[in-house]
Amino acid sequence: MPELTYREALNEALLEEMERDDCVFLMGEEVAEYDGAYKVSKGLLDRFGDLRVVDTPISELGFAGLSVGAAMVGLRPVVEFMTFNFSVLALDQVLHSAAKMLYMSGGQFNIPMVFRGPTGAALQLAAQHSQALESWYAHAPGIKVVAPGTPADAKGLLKSAIRDDDPVVVMEGELLYNIRGEVPEGEHLVPLGLADLKREGDDVSIITHGKMVHLALQAAGRLQREGVEAEVLDLRSLRPLDVEAVLASVRKTNRAIYLEEGWPYAGIGAQLVATIQEEAFDHLDAPVLRVTQADVPMPYAKNLEQLAKPNVERVVDACRRVLYRD
Amino acid sequence: MATKVHMEALSPTMEEGQLVRWLKAEGDSIANGDIIAEIETDKATMELVARGEGILRKVLLGEGGTAPVGEVIAVIAGADEEIGELVGAAGDSPEPVADSPVSADGPKSARGPTTPGSPVASAPAEDPPTATVGEAAQVGAESEEAGLPDQGGERLKASPLARRLAEENGVDLRTVPGSGPGGRIVVRDVEAAKVGAGAAVPPATVGTTEAQPWHPGVPSEPGVDFEDLPLSQMRKTIAKRLVESLSPVPHFFLRITVDMTRTLAARKRVNALLEAQGDKVSINDFVLKSVAGALGRHPEANAQWMGDAVRRHYRVHLGVAVAVEDGLITPVIRDANQKGLAQISREIRELAGRGREKKLQPEEYTGSTFSVSNLGMFGIHEFTGVINPPEASILAVGAIEETPVAEDGQVVVRPLMKVTMSCDHRVIDGATGARFLQTLKEMLEEPAAILV
Amino acid sequence: MESGMAQANMSGIPEHQNDPFDDPLKGFSEEELLGFLRQMLLFRRFEEKAEEGYAIGKIGGFCHLHIGQEGSAAGCIGPLRPDDYLVTAYREHTQALAKGVGPKQVMAELYGRASGSSSGKGGSMHIFGVDQAFMGGHGIVGGQVPLATGMGWAIKYRGEDRVAMCFMGEAAVNQGAFHESLNMAAIWQLPVIFVVENNEYGMGTAFRRVSATKVEERSAAYHIPASVVNGQEVLETFRHFEELVKEVREGGGPRFVEVRTYRFRGHSMSDPVSGTYRSKNEVSEQTEKNDPIKILRDRLFEADVLSQEALEVMDQEVRALVSEAAEFADAAPLPDPSELYTNVYSQINEHGRLFFDGRDR
Repeated sequence: MPELTYREALNEALLEEMERDDCVFLMGEEVAEYDGAYKVSKGLLDRFGDLRVVDTPISELGFAGLSVGAAMVGLRPVVEFMTFNFSVLALDQVLHSAAKMLYMSGGQFNIPMVFRGPTGAALQLAAQHSQALESWYAHAPGIKVVAPGTPADAKGLLKSAIRDDDPVVVMEGELLYNIRGEVPEGEHLVPLGLADLKREGDDVSIITHGKMVHLALQAAGRLQREGVEAEVLDLRSLRPLDVEAVLASVRKTNRAIYLEEGWPYAGIGAQLVATIQEEAFDHLDAPVLRVTQADVPMPYAKNLEQLAKPNVERVVDACRRVLYRD
Repeated sequence: MATKVHMEALSPTMEEGQLVRWLKAEGDSIANGDIIAEIETDKATMELVARGEGILRKVLLGEGGTAPVGEVIAVIAGADEEIGELVGAAGDSPEPVADSPVSADGPKSARGPTTPGSPVASAPAEDPPTATVGEAAQVGAESEEAGLPDQGGERLKASPLARRLAEENGVDLRTVPGSGPGGRIVVRDVEAAKVGAGAAVPPATVGTTEAQPWHPGVPSEPGVDFEDLPLSQMRKTIAKRLVESLSPVPHFFLRITVDMTRTLAARKRVNALLEAQGDKVSINDFVLKSVAGALGRHPEANAQWMGDAVRRHYRVHLGVAVAVEDGLITPVIRDANQKGLAQISREIRELAGRGREKKLQPEEYTGSTFSVSNLGMFGIHEFTGVINPPEASILAVGAIEETPVAEDGQVVVRPLMKVTMSCDHRVIDGATGARFLQTLKEMLEEPAAILV
Repeated sequence: MESGMAQANMSGIPEHQNDPFDDPLKGFSEEELLGFLRQMLLFRRFEEKAEEGYAIGKIGGFCHLHIGQEGSAAGCIGPLRPDDYLVTAYREHTQALAKGVGPKQVMAELYGRASGSSSGKGGSMHIFGVDQAFMGGHGIVGGQVPLATGMGWAIKYRGEDRVAMCFMGEAAVNQGAFHESLNMAAIWQLPVIFVVENNEYGMGTAFRRVSATKVEERSAAYHIPASVVNGQEVLETFRHFEELVKEVREGGGPRFVEVRTYRFRGHSMSDPVSGTYRSKNEVSEQTEKNDPIKILRDRLFEADVLSQEALEVMDQEVRALVSEAAEFADAAPLPDPSELYTNVYSQINEHGRLFFDGRDR
């Protein structure tokens, strides 16, 4: 199995899907001539031409809405947001048009499209460029949200998202583009709504998504030295959510933490906590804890930024607490 | 659906009940909540309430008959429902006492301590889980919720999983010390309780036990009814050894002689004051009042053995032994140290009266923290009482006797009274008991002290 | 600007009299002329019926009527082919009818019934007709403009000869979505006609109070040809749009049109007709002199194409149609409760959970 970077895996997914279906086109800022701000679309302009790989003006609302309109009449747009921070400008079209068109038209117009781009903080990019907005999208019925954490999942989920008949938000990790991993060649599809057990363990469940999968695995390694076997469950899809996988893990370990990069208030973890206590209450031996970004805008200063972000220590500490080992 | 009517545990200590009379006859229709029978328990005559509806199809226990708790004594069912199997099976498998409504759900009254002699109370002595001492000590430093949070706390704190496991394994959570935050019982505690002592001590926290001081006898916050003091290794060893030597409660006895001259005089004056109201107090009332006052000053003597902890009570609930026709009942004067002499007097008269008529409700004869038994009126000079677990002592009060004593080189006659304190050595050491008795003696010899 | 494009009076409401030497009826058959009148009359009676339905509680929510603007619906949409896309905002009942959605389906939608054009899930602001390429009423001011641009994109992408037409009110030209869309339509030369129905007021705010420039000037920055037409003159409007549609269909790129009109009712059924933002006199003068139906009627009377009796017969017919639509709507079933959870997603696999309200447990 070839080893690819996360970036290459996404590129491969785009390329394969555009070859497979000529209704698929990619649109966004810097995606064509510049080869993509993060080079995810490298080489696609040469391959498919400027009707299918389209540089846009800096008009997130405009090109997001344009793509929804194109999807209404059967095209399958892939919209790249340079980062999801900028997607907020397009939120009207994502929320009011893409998410609701099928419903408010009584089933007449589905929106088969993808909104994708990097989410989450990189390094010292400060408040406006360091946000993990997954919960904003997962909040709205009508949208599907996935957040791949590995190159293989990046390819498999993006391909599935492009083939899906509903609007799918694919939230990539800005700091993941360079990570390497084995990626199946060709037809590798990861179904939406299927979580993946990245590490098995009996003692505590670390449930997470996206980039935080790697932090969770590091924490699990640390815990192993303390004699604790942590399970790392990567949700991969935030909506649909693999509730059964979550419950199975919690039923096994009787304790869980949710690790996410975003803020705690009304975050993805908040939903998970609600779901777990609603459906696995009698299996819990401890409250479900969350490890999230500090509930503040992201500071610039390096030391403050580190304080604001989830880290291995905090994950380990939360695990100890639910294990009553603190 | 047919409903089996069981002999229910209508008092906390009841093991069997006598059917006084049926208030419904076979063929009567029954609604949920109807009173269907009167049952005489070991303490009182209680009402048995229907827990289903339909027709009282079959009565299986005749009036005057007795049945153990849990036995099916009647069947309520639909008019045409087949009940042969139920009737046939009745008595084969009486349900365990633990399933009875009283004991299964735990004490519902928030401040109700465990009843003397109940299965719950005796459980710790048989199987003392000592596993989680270390953490209990840690938690105890934070709040009063440590140890056994149900007994007198607001509620029993246990994780959902711990509750489920306890239910599945028949572990009574009230006997399980919680090692989680705020005394929460978590699954490892239940597992430790299942396998017995020693299974789940978190090594990292054992050492904190030593750091836990015995508190001086005052509650840390107002509204704290008691606190559970964790057992030191020494105390655990003492407990274990003494149990082995003198099972189940390692008794020892302390006796002191009290000069009742001033109490007798005080009683005279008080009764003169009360005469206008047609009221009067007895010497025993003075004794009760003084015991309550002394316990208030010595909470270490107002304590109970909980198996894994010593529970030190800050409220004084005095059990007063009252002889009844066929035995003994111990009505409780709650917060006796807060009550005046006359009030104590009236209460005990009223409770004893109803006790003799077997009209006491369970909450009126359970929950005492210390008991007093007075056989003075029978001319008994001195005697020893038997401790009522989980209480740690009982005071036996003898008669006042004119006794010649040497005083300043002279022989004088004094009205002397001997009191004997039976102590559970696991809880009370000799000096502890002695200090309490000394205070009691001082109070009775200078009754003005009860005003202080 | 192209010849044949009406050059309207640039200040105030355009006069409906054209050049007396230029016969406005020229080139239309009697049947076509009566057809316009009948269509506008239907729109008027339909909206009046909706007004009645709202008053008696059959219709709820927001309900924006097009009364006074019928010339725009008939004149702009008339030249479109059935497969041309039409996207619009929330004052769209008559536009849906003009594009071919049935009065019964539209009325049933207003009534919130299963037989409605959006199965009762959209309501007054969200009429859709996939078979009529009626691409929806949209509720966020300006939100439909990028959608129309995207349909133009799809036409270009597929090399089709369709046209996408986008209606909006004049207040929408202040939205960012409008500008972003016009810019993209211009750089990619998309076959989109942006139609601004200028009824002078965005809810209760006169356009002149919130705009530094005139509507017609708004596309100049993007080099999209602009024109102005008097929407109260349905025949003139129709001719103008015939030309525009042809130009765009032939690859002429996007067009921008200001259609001058006037709203005879309040912003919505819950807003006053007049008050702080416009006077009663202004409204009554407009309804008197600038009613697109009266204007055409009088021309047809003058030209002897229409008699009073024929008009009355025509009115009876459209009233009957509208009543039938209301009766249909009233008798139509409510959406089945099971429909609550349909149409949220079109593709559901066996993995995961899509809804989080306990439904799936």
